[in-house]
Amino acid sequence: MTKIVPSKGEGVLVQGITGRQASFWTDRMAEAGTVVVAGVSPGKGGRHVGEVPVYDTVAQATADHACTTSVLFTPPMATHAAAVEALDAGVRRLVLLTEFIPRHDTLRILEAARAVDARVLGPNTAGLVVPGECSLGIMPGFAPSIFGSGPVGVVSRSGSLGCLVCLEVLGAGFGQSAFVGVGGDPVVGTTTREAVEELAGQAQTEVIVVVGEVGGVMEEDAAEAITGLDVPVVAFIAGGSAPPGRRMGHAGAIVAGDRGTAEGKIAALRAAGAEVVDTPSAVPGAVARALARG
Amino acid sequence: MMLEEHAGKLLLEQHGLPVPRGRQVTSATEATDAGTMLGFPVMVKAQVPAGGRGKAGGVQKVSSATEAGDVATKLLGSTLGGHRVERLLVEPCVDHDEEYYVAVLDDPLERSPVVLCSAAGGMDIEALERDQPGSVHRLVAGLDRGLVAADVDALVARAGIRSEHVPAVSRAIGALWECYRATDAELVEVNPLVIDAAGSLWALDAKVALDEAALPRHETLRDLVTGDPDATDAGNLEAEARAQGLLFIELDGDVGIVANGAGLTMATLDVVTHYGGRPANFLEVGGDNYTKARTGVEVVLSNPRVRSLLVNFCGAFARTDVMAEGVVQALESRPHTVPVFFSIHGTGEEEAVALVQQRLGATPYPDMDDAVRAAVAAARASTKGGVE
Repeated sequence: MTKIVPSKGEGVLVQGITGRQASFWTDRMAEAGTVVVAGVSPGKGGRHVGEVPVYDTVAQATADHACTTSVLFTPPMATHAAAVEALDAGVRRLVLLTEFIPRHDTLRILEAARAVDARVLGPNTAGLVVPGECSLGIMPGFAPSIFGSGPVGVVSRSGSLGCLVCLEVLGAGFGQSAFVGVGGDPVVGTTTREAVEELAGQAQTEVIVVVGEVGGVMEEDAAEAITGLDVPVVAFIAGGSAPPGRRMGHAGAIVAGDRGTAEGKIAALRAAGAEVVDTPSAVPGAVARALARG
Repeated sequence: MMLEEHAGKLLLEQHGLPVPRGRQVTSATEATDAGTMLGFPVMVKAQVPAGGRGKAGGVQKVSSATEAGDVATKLLGSTLGGHRVERLLVEPCVDHDEEYYVAVLDDPLERSPVVLCSAAGGMDIEALERDQPGSVHRLVAGLDRGLVAADVDALVARAGIRSEHVPAVSRAIGALWECYRATDAELVEVNPLVIDAAGSLWALDAKVALDEAALPRHETLRDLVTGDPDATDAGNLEAEARAQGLLFIELDGDVGIVANGAGLTMATLDVVTHYGGRPANFLEVGGDNYTKARTGVEVVLSNPRVRSLLVNFCGAFARTDVMAEGVVQALESRPHTVPVFFSIHGTGEEEAVALVQQRLGATPYPDMDDAVRAAVAAARASTKGGVE
């Protein structure tokens, strides 16, 4: 399957590029080093967003430009068709930023992606950042106060909290090898476990920070993989103080009975050897300890 | 969004799975009449959009009109699984031996729909998986690929269903699958599924959860949703925020919280709790809602219990300068005595910090923990000072 983290300089397509947010973030992505080669907006072919040429269809864009990745700024109900269009045109990495995509549409996108070994990040992800190389999505990859090259791989369900953790990590003098936002939906294309496993296999990643939250079983699933890694893992799980039975903003962040609790996730991660901290501000200290042990 | 049993059964019946001919009632008299008409014994079942009703005493077999009236009186108006019981379903009993479990649901780790089948139905699925590991059998399916009949037969046989019941249970799974697919459901579960002496299939219970994000393309299903779990027992503030398109959850503490993004907001609550404070609310103004910070602050401050306000922004998609503008407008336009503590980082940070300094004379804390500690201390000092 296509790797989560692209190589430096891979061409990127932006679907829905003429929207206000999409054009704003296309500029920010380029600022962070991303090579945005083309955009797609049906009916808007021939225009430009900044320097980026816009096409009516993905097939037209890929005929003119080499691109491995598409970042989709598409409305919830239109995302399934847009994602399948990209897969059909040979794009093999999709970043689905959209929140509120119907679950069955997500499942069908993932079914289509599996059939061609394509990678899907999200839905409801803030995206991916490789400091100094690229930013795919809506993370401030361009901000030198938050992102800088270094040994810490960050995997987060949340964009805002992932952003805070990256800030803390950089503020303490450590940079990031990559930030991978897996997304806040209950069903996402790339799991926390897969992101942890890929980052652990990179030469530049010396420690991994898992930023989880209540709901689902992704952290427990990742814990199973952590035991066998030679890269240390630090974790923070948000939502320990959340009332049970309520969705805490993310569709996936809900404690149902005794499933998906912060306690369960923390216990599983600790049993696997991860250092789980109580607050985001305690992450850098744990990172320093892990690196010193390293 | 979990549906009540009767609504789930309606959908199952529409997709070809028979259900007992029950009656919905809202009073003890109606329950007695329904039981008399159906012929005792009957089942009396509390209708709430939540599982675990049986264990909580919400499902009872009654043998007489008096008993039906007593049970109905006890159940109506009681609280079950966090929901007030306003309706009962009175159903004829179906004689049966085996109780089977069948379900179709989204599986987040498989990232596919899965079909579950067990010969040991009747008890709840979590208990079943815990007490009899290996008794629940799985088939991974695909919405585009569809469900292959031979795979379903193999699943049912593997689950140890009595051989003469295999065709009927396979047929039931086909109906569940159609219901799941056609309604964009997250879960369609029947437990127990039974077969009577005449060989007829019956779904004696139904648990159907719909996907809120898919409802725009299922207008007719919207009417079946009775108790949105996020709206149940919601106070006026929650309803007011909801009307403004904001997710606001009222908690019982005194530190008001305005943060962006679900993850950061949850973490903010955690850190407030960690430093001994008590959050007054969950409020998310991030994502597409980042322009609604003004409304958010107004909602939080209209809670009379709030003794200090913590504004914690770490902007990725959400621009902190836009959010800070909203906060400043709300605080400028509304008389308030509540001290406000800021931590602001990320997209638009410089502009946001300058805005807060110039317009409110407040300086954001460089460190989130310091802002939290100050907000917690201020709330505590205010409460001790006897403001109440």
